[in-house]
Amino acid sequence: MTILLYLVPAALGLGFAGLLAFLWSLKSGQYEDLDGAAVRILSDEDLKK
Amino acid sequence: MAQAVDYSIFVATEADGRSQMSLAVDGIDCAACISDIEHGVMALPGVVRARLNYSTHRLTVEWDGAGEPAALVGRLETLGYRAHPFAGRAEEAEAKRAQWLLRCLGVAGFAMMNVMLLSVSVWAGNVTDITPETRDLFHWLSALIALPAAAYAGQPFFQSALRALRTRSLNMDVPISLGVILALGMSLVETILHREHAFFDSAVMLLFFLLAGRYLDHEARRRTRAVAGNLAALRGEMAQRLDASGSPVWVPVQALQTGDRILVAAGERIGADGVVEVGSSAVDEALITGETLPRAVVAGDTLYAGSLNGAGALTLRVTAGGEGTLIDDVQRLLDGALSQRAGYVRLADRVARLYAPVVHLTAFISAIGWLLLGASAHDAVMIAVAVLIITCPCALALAVPAVQVVATGRLFRAGLLVNAGDMLERMAGVDTVVFDKTGTLTLPEPELRLTADADPDLVALAARLALSSRHPLAAALARHAVGPALDGVEEMPGAGVRGTLEGQEVRLGSLAFCDAVLPPDMAPTATPIALRWGTRTLVIGLDQALRPDAVQVVADLKARGLDVRILSGDREGPVAAVARTLGIAHYGAGLRPADKIAALERLKAEGHMVLMVGDGLNDAPALAAARVSLSPASGVAVTQAQADAVFLGQRLAPVRAAIDGARTAARLMRQNLGLAVAYNFIAVPLAVSGHVTPLVAALAMSGSSILVTLNALRAGRPARGERTAAEAKAPSPALSTAEAHS
Repeated sequence: MTILLYLVPAALGLGFAGLLAFLWSLKSGQYEDLDGAAVRILSDEDLKK
Repeated sequence: MAQAVDYSIFVATEADGRSQMSLAVDGIDCAACISDIEHGVMALPGVVRARLNYSTHRLTVEWDGAGEPAALVGRLETLGYRAHPFAGRAEEAEAKRAQWLLRCLGVAGFAMMNVMLLSVSVWAGNVTDITPETRDLFHWLSALIALPAAAYAGQPFFQSALRALRTRSLNMDVPISLGVILALGMSLVETILHREHAFFDSAVMLLFFLLAGRYLDHEARRRTRAVAGNLAALRGEMAQRLDASGSPVWVPVQALQTGDRILVAAGERIGADGVVEVGSSAVDEALITGETLPRAVVAGDTLYAGSLNGAGALTLRVTAGGEGTLIDDVQRLLDGALSQRAGYVRLADRVARLYAPVVHLTAFISAIGWLLLGASAHDAVMIAVAVLIITCPCALALAVPAVQVVATGRLFRAGLLVNAGDMLERMAGVDTVVFDKTGTLTLPEPELRLTADADPDLVALAARLALSSRHPLAAALARHAVGPALDGVEEMPGAGVRGTLEGQEVRLGSLAFCDAVLPPDMAPTATPIALRWGTRTLVIGLDQALRPDAVQVVADLKARGLDVRILSGDREGPVAAVARTLGIAHYGAGLRPADKIAALERLKAEGHMVLMVGDGLNDAPALAAARVSLSPASGVAVTQAQADAVFLGQRLAPVRAAIDGARTAARLMRQNLGLAVAYNFIAVPLAVSGHVTPLVAALAMSGSSILVTLNALRAGRPARGERTAAEAKAPSPALSTAEAHS
């Protein structure tokens, strides 16, 4: 059962990383304009420069 | 009009000297618009950031130093978008709450997944070969995750439960909070005692499901409110304020203060209540009183915001509504009507009042029962807590909000913005529909009425001439113009416009001004406008036209067994004509706001549940007095604030959609509550008899939640004959009053 010593922290660590990523994306305003993100990806503006 | 515009009340200045402003933008319909607008605005000097939110059609602009907000609006106009700044302070608080709910949801989701991972291992281990030490370790790890997570993510429920308890009432959040806290507390005790069962997973799963429902509900309401906010901003209610030197500056009406002097040009909508200081005119108060004939005003008369100025220019002194004015009356009636409605209790709250005591009593009785049957105190408490957990109103708390979210979304697509959360429940029981006439059954803008022998060339000429006039009736005619306005046309205040075409004088205006006679076959309700070109004359009638689908919708409402009536402030003649066309037997004409309320009270006393549909200021108290109310987006702001929902566009179909949607939603809500109750009938005996393990609790809870959510999704299926999204989004012409001063 010593394998649990590695696996449990690994599982919790991954989950925690996911939570942090979610909180970061929330804080940086990525859920404020969900329709816009779908449309902006079609724009070629960044290629012209 | 090249005149200064002062938008400064919308500009927020940051600490670093940068200024920021938000604008509602109209006319965004494609991906290219985003870069169009953002690059176009960034090209202005001083602008450091421009970001368009495509979901809400709002643009946020930041600029350095002394930027010019008016230049921004002008720039957007040259790009082809109508824009108006708005102050979104109320919405900021809502956005913060949405973020908070989402953070709670994220934390609960994280905890749920990780605790479930550990719980599944324990459940599998319990039937195979898990050692007690490993199980204890897993329980402690679960506690370590679940306790802080629940303390954070449970806040929305704990706070609301505390508020309810402080006012000595019960809402759904009381049993939810109690269930979560007891489940966690008991699991912690079990863990310390090295027992087999812990309910950490059930507690956080419950929070996750409920938070998801809360968040969706909040977002649905925020979305409709954002659209309503844009509509209000894009009306661009502006007024010309006279500064100290007496020169006019355009300011938003929100910036006006008591004592300011404003200039109201001919054909302009009046931005604030006030007393006439200089000038005389006739004002159209259709929005205020429902009366379609203009009222003559001279110096000393009181005018109300929302009325339309006729041919003369006026100078007003802004008043905040003195004693005995119409606005005052309306406000007093509103206060009275609102306190009447407070008696209504939401379905979910009624269920909660019944549910919470029953649940707590059942748990208590099962503990006592097991003690009497000789069980140990520990086992008895265990079973009581299991009863509380299994009955925790996961399905019940989702049953109503889930239907509400889905049904509100469907109504949104049908062109209906829902203001009040319990509107659907109240709407479903309606058996009488009362319409206002002017602007509700009829279109907010008048339509042309031509005689049979009217010369199309002369009509086209009249429309082109009308482009040069600022008279409100001319504006309706000018919408039919093809080609540019004539050169050298001058406006004669109070009479009409005149110019020269092909060497002959042309005149457009009153019958006397053009020396024309009223043709006998002209509709009696129409207001005539005459045209004279040399020796040829033409008389065009402008009439309040019915909304295009009014006849159909009224017939449909009657087919659904509803009693349809009209209560109008307009004169007997036009009201009777409309009632005849629509086949409505009961109507009232010439009613003041208090009369409308009295009529509604009589209906109420007869046991009717009334839906009131109205747009004018005179309707606002009636809207508040009715069981449920709707208002078209072209109505005045006070009225829309009172309405439970606002509908967009030229058509009346959203009224029908609202009733159909509400009836479907109410049926599904009752079904869902039935499902939740049925679930309890199975689960509670299991819990009382001591057969609920954490695995059973987890399965039962998620199963019942998913079942009611799936059932709620059925509320989203569109009914037959519902309007498409494209139609619903087309803005009503009445929204473009801002063009009058651009």
